[in-house]
Amino acid sequence: MTTETTVGRFGRYGGRYVPETLVPALLELEEAYAKASADPSFGEEVARVLKEFVGRPTTLTPARRLTEAWGGAEVWLKREDLAHTGAHKINNTVGQVLLAKRMGKKRIIAETGAGQHGVATATACALFGLPCEVYMGALDVERQALNVFRMRALGAVVKPVESGSRTLKDAMNEAMRTWVSQVADTHYVIGSAAGPHPYPTIVRDFQSVIGKELRTQALAAFGKLPDAIIACVGGGSNAIGALHPFIGDKGVRLVGVEAGGHGLDSGQHGASLTLGTEGVLHGSRSLVLQDADGQIQEAHSISAGLDYPGVGPELAYLAKTGRMEVRTATDDEALAAFYEVARMEGILPALETSHAFARGRELARELGRGKHLVINCSGRGDKDVATISARGVPPPVGVKA
Amino acid sequence: MSGEIAQAFAKAKARGEGVLVAYAMAGDPDLPRSVDVFAALVEGGADIVEIGVAFSDPIADGPVIQGASERALKAGSTLKRVLDEVVPEVRRRCPQTPLVIMTYVNVVMAMGEERFAKLARERGVSGAILPDLPPEESADLRATFDAAGLDLIPLCAPTTPPARAEAIARDARGFVYCVSVAGVTGMRAELPPDLSQRLDLVRRASPVPVVAGFGISTEEQARTLAAHADGVVVGSALVRAAHADGPQAAKALCANIKRGLKR
Ligand SMILES: Cc1ncc(COP(=O)(O)O)c(C=O)c1O
Repeated sequence: MTTETTVGRFGRYGGRYVPETLVPALLELEEAYAKASADPSFGEEVARVLKEFVGRPTTLTPARRLTEAWGGAEVWLKREDLAHTGAHKINNTVGQVLLAKRMGKKRIIAETGAGQHGVATATACALFGLPCEVYMGALDVERQALNVFRMRALGAVVKPVESGSRTLKDAMNEAMRTWVSQVADTHYVIGSAAGPHPYPTIVRDFQSVIGKELRTQALAAFGKLPDAIIACVGGGSNAIGALHPFIGDKGVRLVGVEAGGHGLDSGQHGASLTLGTEGVLHGSRSLVLQDADGQIQEAHSISAGLDYPGVGPELAYLAKTGRMEVRTATDDEALAAFYEVARMEGILPALETSHAFARGRELARELGRGKHLVINCSGRGDKDVATISARGVPPPVGVKA
Repeated sequence: MSGEIAQAFAKAKARGEGVLVAYAMAGDPDLPRSVDVFAALVEGGADIVEIGVAFSDPIADGPVIQGASERALKAGSTLKRVLDEVVPEVRRRCPQTPLVIMTYVNVVMAMGEERFAKLARERGVSGAILPDLPPEESADLRATFDAAGLDLIPLCAPTTPPARAEAIARDARGFVYCVSVAGVTGMRAELPPDLSQRLDLVRRASPVPVVAGFGISTEEQARTLAAHADGVVVGSALVRAAHADGPQAAKALCANIKRGLKR
C-alpha cells in the first residue's frame, strides 16, 4: 500500500522545493537509496544494527491500569521509549548514517528540536565513526540541556541557532544553508518525515519498522490487528512509522495528535494539520502555519519536538483524504497525561508522547470494551524533567498527607 | 517574454559594458526609504534592479540578507505592499530600468500564482527569481508567468551537471542566473576557479544572457567575470552598504562595480 501518487508526491503535497545547488544531491540520494533498498545486504545490515545495538524489536506492553481507569478498549503501548537513546528517532538515524557511509559521505549534519534526533544522530555517528554537527535553536539549547550534554558527550558539535524563533524551524533553515555549502562530502540527516523528496519517503521507510513489528506483535498478543493506533505528530516520523503499515487495513483507525499548545484559538500551538494551509516550508509542499502573506508563523508547544509550524507531506495527505483522524492536545492536557501514565503504568513518557496519551481516554471509550487501542509510546520523558518539574510536582498518590 | 530585460542587455552591450543587476531588500529599513535605495542603485549605474521581498525562512540567504529580511518584516513588508507601494515608486523614478522580484516560492503561492503574475506585470515588473523553485517544480509557474508576460528567471548552480545546465538554459526566460559558489548569498573574498569555465558552458547553451551572482562585491571580481558572463548580480554587499551607510554608499558601490564591467 502506498500513498505516493507520483514520484515524491502525495497528492498535492511533497516535491522538492530547494535551491538548485541541492537538487543534484537529492537526486544522488534518491538513486543511492533505491540501490540500497534493492540490495538485500543493506536491509540485513540495518536490521542487524537495530537488533544488536538499538534493542529491537521494542515490546508491545499491555497498559492494564489505564485500560481499567479509562473503561473502554484494551490499551497497549508500543514501546519506542525502550529503543536505545530513548525514542524512535534512532530507527531513522541508523538507517540514514549507514546509507551515507555507502554513499561515501565524510561527515554528517542534522537539525534537532527536542534533541532526541540530535542525540540519535550523534549516537549513530559515534557508532559508525563519522564526524557530526547538530544545529539546534538557541531556545531549545536552553530547554533541553540534558540532550545538549548527551550530544557533546557523544562527540558531536552542537551549533546553537540564533535566528528567527530560535527553535526547530530555524535549526532546519541553518542545517539546509550549511548543507548547500558542503553538499559534496556531507549527508544531511533530516529527523522527521518532512523536507524535500526523497526524505519523507526514506524517513517513513526506516521508521516503518515500528508498524511492522506492531502488526506481528498485535496478532501474537490479541490475535487481530488493533482497532485504532494513536501517535503524536510533530514533523510526523513516529506517526508515519507506526501508521503506514496499516494504511491498507480499513478496519484500523489511524489517529494523529498534534500540539494544541495554549489552545487552538490562542494562536500559540503546533497544529499544522488542523489549522495549517497549503504552503512550502523546508523543501516540500504541505500544510503549514502561515499568515495570509505566506510568512511562516512561530509554533508553540510545551514539547520542543512538536514545536514546528510544518508537517510531513504524507501526513498532510493522509489527513486531507481522511484516512488519518487528527486531534490535538494542549500543553496542560499533555502534562496531566504525563503524570497519569507515570503513576498508572510506571512509565515517564516524553512530552511529545504525552500528547498521544492525552487523547487515549476518549478514544478508548469511543472504541469500547473488547476493542484494542495501541498508543505509540514514541519516547521517554527523561529529557523533559527540567521543563516538567519547573511547574511543580503533584503530591504523591496513596500516601496520607 | 517581457522584452525589457533583453533590451537592457542589448543597450549595455552596445555601450561595451556588462550588465549590473543590483539587489536590495524592499522594506529595509522601511518601505518608503527602500525606494530611495533602489533609486540610488540606478543612479550608481545598475542596469536591472532586483527587488527582494522578505520571507520568514530564507534558506538560500546568508546573514546579511537574513538581517535585511528580518528588518523588512518588522517594518511590515509584504509582497502586496511591495507591489503597491514600492514598485510603482521605483518605476516612476527609474522608468528605464527593468525590475525583477526576488523572493521565495511560498510568498508567491500565498498571493496566488496567477494573481501575482498579473499584478506584478501591471505594476511594471519584468521578471521574478525564486531560489527555492528548481526546474522540476517550475513548469506550471513558468506557464502562468509566460501567459502574463513575466519572465521566470532560472538559477544554475556549481553542482549542476553540464547536461542539466544546458537544459536549464534552453528553458530560461529573461536571463540565466549562474550561482557562483555552492552556498548561500553573501560576500566572498575568492570565487571558485572553475567559475569562468561553467559560465562559458552555460553561455554556449543559452539563448538568453547569462549573469553570475552570489559572493560578488568588488570591481575586480566584476572585471574578471565580465569576460565570461553578460553581467553580474550584486546583493549582500549593496544591502550591507545601504544598511550601514545609507543609499549614497550603495550608489557609490554600484558605480565602482560598474567600472569593472566596462570592457
Ligand atoms: C519522543 C518524541 N516523540 C515525537 C517527536 C516528534 O517528531 P515526529 O513527529 O517526527 O515523530 C519527537 C521529536 O523530537 C520526540 O522526541
